[in-house]
Amino acid sequence: MLEETLKRIQAHKGVIGTIVVNAEGIPIRTTLDSSTTVQYAGLLHQLTMKARSTVRDIDPQNDLTFLRIRSKKHEIMVAPDKEYLLIVIQNPSE
Amino acid sequence: GKTMVKPPDQLDLSEAELKEEFTRILTANNPHAPQNIVRYSFKERSYKQISSVDQLAIHFVLEGNLLHKDSDEARRQRARDGIPEDGAEDAGDTEEGAGEERPDSLEISLGKKERKLTNQFNFSERASQTMNNPMRERECQTEPPPRGKFSATANQWEIYDAYVEERRKQEKVKEKQKVLSSKKEEDKGKKKLQLVENQSDDITKVAKVAKIIERMVTQNTFDDIAQDFKYFEDASDEFRDQEGTLLPLWKFQHDKAKRLSVTALCWNQKYKDLFAVGLGSYEFTRQGQGMLLFYSLKNATFPEYIFSTMSGVMCLDIHKQLSYLVAVGFYDGCVAIYNLKEQGPQPVYRSTARSGKHTDPVWQVKWQKDDTDNNHNFFSVSSDGRVVSWTLVKVLGGTLRLSLDLYLKPFLSCGTSLDFHKQIDYLFLVGTEEGKIHKCSKSYSSQFLETYVAHNMAVDAVKWNHFHPKVFMSCSSDWTVKIWDHTIKSPVFTFDLNAAVGDVAWSPYSATVFAAVTTDGKVHVFDLHINKYEAICQQAVVAKKTKLTHIEFNPAYPIIIVGDDRGYVTSLKLSPNLRKKPKEKKGQELPKGPEVEVAKMEKLLSLLREPETVPQD
Repeated sequence: MLEETLKRIQAHKGVIGTIVVNAEGIPIRTTLDSSTTVQYAGLLHQLTMKARSTVRDIDPQNDLTFLRIRSKKHEIMVAPDKEYLLIVIQNPSE
Repeated sequence: GKTMVKPPDQLDLSEAELKEEFTRILTANNPHAPQNIVRYSFKERSYKQISSVDQLAIHFVLEGNLLHKDSDEARRQRARDGIPEDGAEDAGDTEEGAGEERPDSLEISLGKKERKLTNQFNFSERASQTMNNPMRERECQTEPPPRGKFSATANQWEIYDAYVEERRKQEKVKEKQKVLSSKKEEDKGKKKLQLVENQSDDITKVAKVAKIIERMVTQNTFDDIAQDFKYFEDASDEFRDQEGTLLPLWKFQHDKAKRLSVTALCWNQKYKDLFAVGLGSYEFTRQGQGMLLFYSLKNATFPEYIFSTMSGVMCLDIHKQLSYLVAVGFYDGCVAIYNLKEQGPQPVYRSTARSGKHTDPVWQVKWQKDDTDNNHNFFSVSSDGRVVSWTLVKVLGGTLRLSLDLYLKPFLSCGTSLDFHKQIDYLFLVGTEEGKIHKCSKSYSSQFLETYVAHNMAVDAVKWNHFHPKVFMSCSSDWTVKIWDHTIKSPVFTFDLNAAVGDVAWSPYSATVFAAVTTDGKVHVFDLHINKYEAICQQAVVAKKTKLTHIEFNPAYPIIIVGDDRGYVTSLKLSPNLRKKPKEKKGQELPKGPEVEVAKMEKLLSLLREPETVPQD
């Protein structure tokens, strides 16, 4: 079920890549090349931790659901979980 | 070998010579001493041989330089150096050394015996080097303990999490205390399972997060549709007089459902973006498998839940309160209940031939309120002429079973549609294949309360009005939609739509707005308050030659979903003209609530009734 979902996401229009990162910031699954993956994983992991910390600091009963970063070229979407992080890079205007 | 080897230069001696004995004598004579020392004797005026020669041989001579301290020479030395004859010899030694090294020392120049001054500037060390043990290195390296990096921040929410965790542990302890010891073992077993799960790097836990991501990605792709859904209001409606339009939004389709028709649609009351689609076939000759799909507006590309069924799905209903229970009626006459909380692809309960399933396709199922024993129950109507109530009963084992409370109807015709009154529980309507509509009550199982000769062909749908307690509507393949007051035998309104009408639905926001779909692919929206004779919107929403089969209004948002015979579900947004609330006069408050709607409808009806009926509200 999960495999299908990930495949569908990857096959979706405009999606450039998908990365699954575990709790320590190590990518466990990716469709991009190694160096890009490591870079994205490291940077976004830190950013997500910071974002989550911000949300929870304001109200501890709250939690981060997802994070979107839209840039000129594409959009990076991060959905955190208790132990994992799912990152998708999409080009929405395609 | 022990053979004697003769060296080549050995002296050759004869036998006799070899045996000769030689004598050797050890004497105390010095062999080096001369034996004939001659001295000149003056007495005899000749050289005379000394009688005894000194035989002493001196091997080694060493002349020392020690003097006895009382001897002359020693005394002379001491006087020269100026030291007392008796006294500390140590001090004397050091002084002597100092004197020898520093000839300009005062002591020597004076030559007096003075008291010794300790020399602060000039002292000599008496050091002695002891025997140094050779250094040897002895090393021992232990295995370093495994290290892990740990970093944490002390935050408000870390503290909160810790408290929550603590609380949960306490509650678990409390629960355990309540449970019997035999069950404790079960818990332990479960705990073990949980532990194993936590340790493995289980990627299936990402499933929930993947769903969120998929929705985000879809939202990006269909961004304009999402924006339209939320914000777009057709401004041109102001110029369009009373007419409105339907804006197409998402289109839902599933690969496996391509050959099937949409046979049922139902919105979920709790999650207003979730709806169920039943797929099957209306063709008698093309019966095969069916599907039950659940879509969310948040993800139009893939269904949230998919169930495959053996027989085509003909109708479905989602429970109003427990929105995870779905009742489904099949073409082969079975009914089943699906529980969305369960994981399996099979329904949780299913009627069988033994439990009294219908012998003909089930055309409508409707959930009812729980009965007196708090059992869930629902009704179904089928072409075999029966209206049946099913109850989920707890059998002695604790499991639930579908049981049948048979409703025998003396009519010979086949039921094709069913609807229960919104407020009056026991009152319901049944539409038949011959075009009649029967008003029935749950308490009278053998008789109808009323019969209406409605249509010339089968009644495809009957629907009670959401607000007005007396009004209901019916549609049929005879191209008409009729609106009734159940106290009056003839229809209050009749509309001819030029094509077979597949389905009608009342809007949840207004008592006078309803919509109908026809087999020519058009959606007709009526607002009786605005126009009593014509539709205020007639729009073709699908490709030609596609028949529309069902329509449903969303309970919260101004959208409708329409199903067709190709397995597609199209969502459309109602333009503002179709959602008009009655304009109030200035200064008056806008009354809200169902009473307004009822009053609206009542006003309309009263215009059509005979003059001597009840006065207006």
